[in-house]
Amino acid sequence: MQVHKYDTVIVGAGGAGMRAAIESTKRSRTAVLTKLYPTRSHTGAAQGGMAAALANVEEDNWEWHTFDTVKGGDYLVDQDAAEILAKEAIDAVLDLEKMGLPFNRTPEGRIDQRRFGGHTRDHGKAAVRRSCYAADRTGHMILQTLYQNCVKEGVEFFNEFYVLDLLMADVDGVKRTAGVVAYELATGEIHVFQAKAVIFASGGNGKFFKVTSNAHTLTGDGQAAAFRRGLPLEDMEFFQFHPTGIWRMGILLTEGARGEGGILRNKDGERFMEKYAPVMKDLASRDVVSRAIYTEIREGRGCGLDGDHVYLDLTHLPPEQLDAKLPDITEFARTYLGIEPYTDPIPIQPTAHYAMGGIPTNVQGEVLMDNDTVVPGLYAAGEVACVSVHGANRLGTNSLLDINVFGRRAGIAAAEYAATADYVELPENPESQVVEQLERIRNGNGSERVSDIRSELQQSMDTNSMVYRTEATLKQAVADIAALKERYKHISVMDKGKRFNTDLLEAVELGNLLDLAEVTAVSGLARKESRGGHFREDYPTRDDVNFMQHTMAYREVDADGNTSIRLDYKPVVVTRYQPMERKY
Amino acid sequence: MSTPTIEDAPQAGNPHSAGLDAAESGKVELITITVRIRRFNPEEHPDAVWVDYQLTVDPKIRVLDAINTIKWEQDGTLTYRRSCAHGVCGSDAMRINGKNRLACKTLIKDVSPEKPITIEPIKGLTVLKDLVVDMDPFFQAYRDVMPFLITTGNEPTRERIQSEEDVQRFEDTTKCILCAACTTSCPVFWNDGQYFGPAAIVNAHRFIFDSRDEGAEQRLEILNDRDGVWRCRTTFNCTDACPRGIEVTKAIQEVKRALVTRRF
Repeated sequence: MQVHKYDTVIVGAGGAGMRAAIESTKRSRTAVLTKLYPTRSHTGAAQGGMAAALANVEEDNWEWHTFDTVKGGDYLVDQDAAEILAKEAIDAVLDLEKMGLPFNRTPEGRIDQRRFGGHTRDHGKAAVRRSCYAADRTGHMILQTLYQNCVKEGVEFFNEFYVLDLLMADVDGVKRTAGVVAYELATGEIHVFQAKAVIFASGGNGKFFKVTSNAHTLTGDGQAAAFRRGLPLEDMEFFQFHPTGIWRMGILLTEGARGEGGILRNKDGERFMEKYAPVMKDLASRDVVSRAIYTEIREGRGCGLDGDHVYLDLTHLPPEQLDAKLPDITEFARTYLGIEPYTDPIPIQPTAHYAMGGIPTNVQGEVLMDNDTVVPGLYAAGEVACVSVHGANRLGTNSLLDINVFGRRAGIAAAEYAATADYVELPENPESQVVEQLERIRNGNGSERVSDIRSELQQSMDTNSMVYRTEATLKQAVADIAALKERYKHISVMDKGKRFNTDLLEAVELGNLLDLAEVTAVSGLARKESRGGHFREDYPTRDDVNFMQHTMAYREVDADGNTSIRLDYKPVVVTRYQPMERKY
Repeated sequence: MSTPTIEDAPQAGNPHSAGLDAAESGKVELITITVRIRRFNPEEHPDAVWVDYQLTVDPKIRVLDAINTIKWEQDGTLTYRRSCAHGVCGSDAMRINGKNRLACKTLIKDVSPEKPITIEPIKGLTVLKDLVVDMDPFFQAYRDVMPFLITTGNEPTRERIQSEEDVQRFEDTTKCILCAACTTSCPVFWNDGQYFGPAAIVNAHRFIFDSRDEGAEQRLEILNDRDGVWRCRTTFNCTDACPRGIEVTKAIQEVKRALVTRRF
């Protein structure tokens, strides 16, 4: 075992982690631990853009953006945080441009902007051009630009270091951050990183669904580590299903395709979104569009032999426009479906995309251990965190924004904390829990296979916990997960070695997915209303009297070592906007 | 070019081509394939060996899906890198039937599945285990070309102005995902690990031709080195290998020309 000592340790090197690292490296001795090489992070798969009311192409302002974010999140958004997001968006985009990001430009050479779902002029009057973009590879450009600037700033990376545990210690009765424990993939060696401040920026957990836009690596490692150490997870029942994933594969086709004029059609060629969202039509918020697609499918208007998908139609757009503005997604259609989007509509279905919930933080990125108590020295930003700026449903382009605004904030706050705080003494045998977990898996000789349990989990989550949910389906999910967790105790891995043991890693990741799927289903079961991405057929309307509050899920361990989930609730911060009926 | 408004988009029925019908038919004709993988684990044995795996698959799946199936159902010790699985993260560059490709962007049906499909690690970087190579020298070459915007003077309050035409001068090289398919397809790189390699030059190009950048002279001097751009023998392997369709050889030629003319 090796022990390292840094002021600030950042876990994850996607957009949020690297944006934080650029700030914290200037202010404190910083290490970034990432289970991938930084440029492999899933920020790079984001396509359509980053929202900011630059007003480069038409009238816009941050207050409209704030309103859209709050409404888009079905009034579960903390409005003080949304206001910060929308205000700081403008500098966040300009900062990236100054770092070198190659945005598409207007004829005047300014940053160009395009329409995106749920972003409107003057509180819903019409679609507004707010998304700053680089073709349909905006996330790629952000990831590359941030990595380039990390190289420039000399950020210290530990690549392929998998963080498995968060270390905390009681100091005078207060729980404080002491560091993290990581597993070096290349060697199998355990590393303890003692740190004054730790920032989790380790991304989402969408891999517990089968049809998903998420990378294989998005297994909720940060959320799971925090949860197992007794910290709550907020609003985990809110998961976003992006309307346009490639049929059966789930590969993302950007909402920017509809921003450029693309249209969703059912088997009759009907532009069905006119029925569901008369003003915004295809550019309604994602939860609304995904439900509309499934309604069409359920009512027999889906396409194909099984009627299980609809079309994204780009055939009326000029090929030059597709080449210039949507080159990657049109190539995906050619590569993976063998069709030509100039002339063929693209078969699509909703795909599990984004966790609105996560580790609760305040607007400085400080992690909360309950409704309002901060864990000194612990921060989180990006998809792993829940600020909450996305509430019950995130607007498209607000996540690339979130990682930049709150990544920067967390980086500054953590480094400033580290500048004055002392190290917390490491607990005795800090690596013990990780070593025990790894040895248990490595030496397990049960008959269960990781891939079987994972695919059954994914199938159950797709069937029971997707766009439409009921008490019965969520109970089924909870029961399925409990059974799978039991089977997980009897797994074995084939690779017993130290070197690049990805077999072992996949087993650890599955454990994280099982824990987080359980929180998602249990939280959803208790939320007897429909709001944003959480739609209960048995409770189809929003219930502001009982449920306009955040879910806070805690892991409880009883005297016999049995675990359960305890749910609590946290009020929503309301500043400017009282909840209204949500129409697009 | 104006963006058509949503309102004036046509209400067409669904056009249907044979390609779309085939994509939607859902008909799967499973085939049995042999995947021949170059395995190496120094913990077990000092030499690399070829191992054959047979599996029955839909030929429309990705090579990565086939490799995953082998790992998940036959041999958990098979080791490789992967993440996004659709060609944007650059983790899974490998030599498939002797050609560098991304396993997630290559479909089984396109790699002659009637014969054994050979899979090896990319060449020229030290193999650590199976298909996993040491990427550090590759990223070091990238870092050595100063791959970041260099500017002097005060920053503007708003964005820098840049015409769409100026963006187009370097747009192609911004697509690079650092997968190393180009660099590890280059015979010069195989023979001389000191050569910067195509990917580093591509990333230097991305900044040299960016109208906002003021660091071109420094980068050109770095690439004027004996291990720099002049080692390129214009074999076009890199261009063929690039999964992003970047005209890599052309970018290298543009850097060479800039070194001669000092115009960029």
